[in-house]
Amino acid sequence: MVCEMETDQIEEMDVEVLSSMWPEDVGSQADNQFNVEKPVGDSDTLKEVDIAEKRTMADLKRLPELMNTTDQGSSQLTNLVRQWEYMQDHAVRLLREELKILTRQREEAEAKELKIIEEHNFETEEPENVPVLDETSHLFRRFRQKKRDELVDSKRVVIDEEFDTVAYWKQKALSLEKMLEASTERERRLIEKLNESLKTMESHSAPVEELTQNLNRAEGFLHFILQNAPIVMGHQDKDLRYLFIYNKFPSLREQDILGKTDVEIFHGGGVKESEDFKREVLEMGKASKREITFETELFGSKTFLIYVEPVYNKAREKIGINYMGMEVTDQVRKREKMAKLREDNAVRKAMESELTKTIHITEETMRAKQMLATMSHEIRSPLSGVVGMAEILSTTKLDKEQRQLLNVMISSGDLVLQLINDILDLSKVESGVMKLEATKFRPREVVKHVLQTAAASLKKDLTLEGNIADEVPILVVGDVLRIRQILTNLISNAIKFTHQGKVGIKLKVVSEPSFATDKEQNETSVWICCDVYDTGIGIPENALPCLFKKYMQASADHARKYGGTGLGLAICKQLVELMGGQLTVTSQVNSGSTFTFVLPYKVATSDDHSDDQDEFSDMVDHHQPEPDDTTEGHFQFKPLLGSIYSNGGPVISSNSFLPHKAMLTTTPLKLNNGFVATPSNNTGQSETVQVENGGYMDESRQNCPESGNQYVNGNGRCSSKESESCSSSQASSEGGGVLEMESELTVSSLREEEKTETELKETSKQPKILLVEDNKINIMVAKSMMKQLGYTMDIANNGVEAINAVKDTSYDLVLMDVCMPVMDGLKATRLIRSYEESGNWEAAIEAGVDIKTSENDQAFVRSTDRLPIVAMTANTLAESSEECYVNGMDSFISKPVTLQKLKECLQQYLQ
Amino acid sequence: MDTLVAQLQRQFRDYTISLYHQGFLDDQFTELKKLQDECSPDFVAEVVSLFFEDCEKLIGNMARALDQTGNVDFNLVGSSVHQLKGSSSSVGAKRVKGLCITFKECCDSQNFEGCVRCLQQVDIEYKSLKAKLQDLFNLEQQIVQAGGRIPQVDI
Repeated sequence: MVCEMETDQIEEMDVEVLSSMWPEDVGSQADNQFNVEKPVGDSDTLKEVDIAEKRTMADLKRLPELMNTTDQGSSQLTNLVRQWEYMQDHAVRLLREELKILTRQREEAEAKELKIIEEHNFETEEPENVPVLDETSHLFRRFRQKKRDELVDSKRVVIDEEFDTVAYWKQKALSLEKMLEASTERERRLIEKLNESLKTMESHSAPVEELTQNLNRAEGFLHFILQNAPIVMGHQDKDLRYLFIYNKFPSLREQDILGKTDVEIFHGGGVKESEDFKREVLEMGKASKREITFETELFGSKTFLIYVEPVYNKAREKIGINYMGMEVTDQVRKREKMAKLREDNAVRKAMESELTKTIHITEETMRAKQMLATMSHEIRSPLSGVVGMAEILSTTKLDKEQRQLLNVMISSGDLVLQLINDILDLSKVESGVMKLEATKFRPREVVKHVLQTAAASLKKDLTLEGNIADEVPILVVGDVLRIRQILTNLISNAIKFTHQGKVGIKLKVVSEPSFATDKEQNETSVWICCDVYDTGIGIPENALPCLFKKYMQASADHARKYGGTGLGLAICKQLVELMGGQLTVTSQVNSGSTFTFVLPYKVATSDDHSDDQDEFSDMVDHHQPEPDDTTEGHFQFKPLLGSIYSNGGPVISSNSFLPHKAMLTTTPLKLNNGFVATPSNNTGQSETVQVENGGYMDESRQNCPESGNQYVNGNGRCSSKESESCSSSQASSEGGGVLEMESELTVSSLREEEKTETELKETSKQPKILLVEDNKINIMVAKSMMKQLGYTMDIANNGVEAINAVKDTSYDLVLMDVCMPVMDGLKATRLIRSYEESGNWEAAIEAGVDIKTSENDQAFVRSTDRLPIVAMTANTLAESSEECYVNGMDSFISKPVTLQKLKECLQQYLQ
Repeated sequence: MDTLVAQLQRQFRDYTISLYHQGFLDDQFTELKKLQDECSPDFVAEVVSLFFEDCEKLIGNMARALDQTGNVDFNLVGSSVHQLKGSSSSVGAKRVKGLCITFKECCDSQNFEGCVRCLQQVDIEYKSLKAKLQDLFNLEQQIVQAGGRIPQVDI
């Protein structure tokens, strides 16, 4: 019996309050949706089922049919019939037993009668043996017969008695008759009872009533159990059409469901799945369970645990499925929430441990880096001593073999120095210590100088070219030192891997790239894209990913063949990223590579004086018209060892110590070339004749002893030597950055002076040095050292005195103690730098320095030069040196000052 | 005569080495020696005596500053210590310099007791160095008087 019930009551399950499976408002709104169709035939049976608010509906036609056709249905009926048969059997047995008792009683009575008859045998002629029949039916008949006979006989006996002892026999006959009557009476009653019992037996023979009762009980039980359960039950035929359903969704009417499939009734997620599942069960023939989440318009999102079993008919053919679904939405949700929580927990735990690991590693790494930086720094000082000494040694008289050995020594030392500088740079960037400076500079000049520097040490027949787009601003603001370092690195890299063709730098303005974090960008900033291209060996594609990794080169073969630390590109990348840009590379094997970096710059107004003025401007011979190379966008350089190009381009200065000529290809103006302009008549320096380096050096030395040409001699002497001295002096710079080109070149000239042309030292102007130091003993020691090195110097006892001294005198070098009373060295340096930038001492006056205004300030304005300031610090740790750089110092000497340190410093900064 | 010179020279060498080994002096003192030439024959002695004068003055300053019970200006003491550190570093007075580093730390952490202890030690140390150097200079003088040359001592 299938009923449909409303379950809109709140039911209790576990501890929580369950809301109805179906929404409550739908159920109560329209009663006619719950067709209370009491089955006609069974109406009375339902009354016994004690269920509140029972709304029953039965598919009366189909259910019996189903009961008759399915195994489940027939087995139930069979059970009932068997039970009834058993009860009937029992009744029959009881009756039989009763009958047996009656039979025995009758036999006893007969026996008694026989005994009486035997006693009077002589009087009667009756046969003695009365057959005793077992068969009841015969017994009845015979018994009656006999009775009748006996009645006749007894009369005769009575008659006979009258002839004998009449009284006695009369008496006897009477009593016997009475007994007989009683017996007959009993017999009649028994027969009556038997008949009655047979009649009742007949009336009990129909089992329907009992069956109905049992069925009612079963139904009542089911209702009792299921009335509030969030369960849907149904039966579907083998086309999965509903034949009946229990507890359907309230808003659906019977006719909406019966005869239809799930897909026809519902729409939305899970419907198809459930249908497929049912079909699967039907095909497999095995009952199974599955959890399906429905997402329908009708009742929203609900999860059901569905049990489906196939239904067979008596011929073992599948005729449909039984289907039971329990709503487990809350449980599933809870379970999922738990699972998610557990998962989150696990993830969090994993992340935590990962984080601790990372923190640990980071701490370790930082410590290691700090250690490396400190160590590198400590190694650098003695090593630069070694290299320096070796270089000095190389200028003494040596035979060929010794010179060769020494050259190997110097280049190895240079390599180690370079490596250490690179490591220091890297660790500075990585530890976040490196601070960027914002200075104004001219991109064109930077490109030009980088190319010039590269050309100076070029040993290959390569063309170096620069190409700056017109829209690139004349003056921009950025960390010129770092940018120059990147450019130098990339260019030297390009040159290293290029054997013929050209290497160049291209600058153009690009729109703001996508990776830009546009927080601090404003309209005055400009993105400049810089390509450094070459026509070299190129980089195979598989080597590109590790190209920017530390200590990595494209391959081990390359590392062997070309040498290098493998740190250069890593530093470039880090520096570019530090400045908010991006470094990328494209390359094709055997046809060249292009490294591109895009950086943001602030646009500076060009009327300001840049503190990164052209380093050569102070070398400019004022008799020459200065070419306007600030807007020049194209440069080309040829290696020095080739023919010396002097035609086709203006020269920056007639007595420039440049070892080569800048050829500005777009300028047709021909100007004097530094070498040609010298008074020497040496044909070897002619612009068209290729000069052998050694010969050139000798000749120039012979022919140009004048002091005005000392730089020419010093620098032009030998390009191969020059490259070494350039790089070594660069490497030995305390700053680790790229030095200004002039100092690189002048170091070699200084050396030249020292050993071979000592007389020139006297003729050259004594450099002016200022020592800023408060400690008398330190002053005494430093002064004595200076004296020994052949210099004198001025003393300032604190920062304020230093500023006043710098204001009044044009110094070539300032040695600045960091820790001083009144004003420390860092502040004094900052103020001096501020003066260099702005051209006035306002910042210093603001800081409370009493600036003694001199009558002719203009005479000392030297804003074009950056005054080298070397810190003297008692603290050799990287932090402290970093502080020096941040405050605008160029380098530092760790205390106590030694002769060697002082000498190196002077070599580095004095011309 | 020669034996006397040789003896004095050996004595001088041993004594110098012992001063280095005992940590009274370091390489910076050698640097000073290098600076001493014909133009300034008494350079080391001049610097060292200046150093000791400085020591006396600075220690006096520090002692006064530390005497202000409950109102010690550690910055003042610190700047004196810094001065002393710089000076001792410049002349190569290794022990004094080492003490100054500890002293500076005590000042920075405003450790009064530590400062007082350091001050006492610095006082003892500079005086003993002074005595030792005095001996060394005496030896030098004796060598010179005996007509010998002051030997180069390689450490």
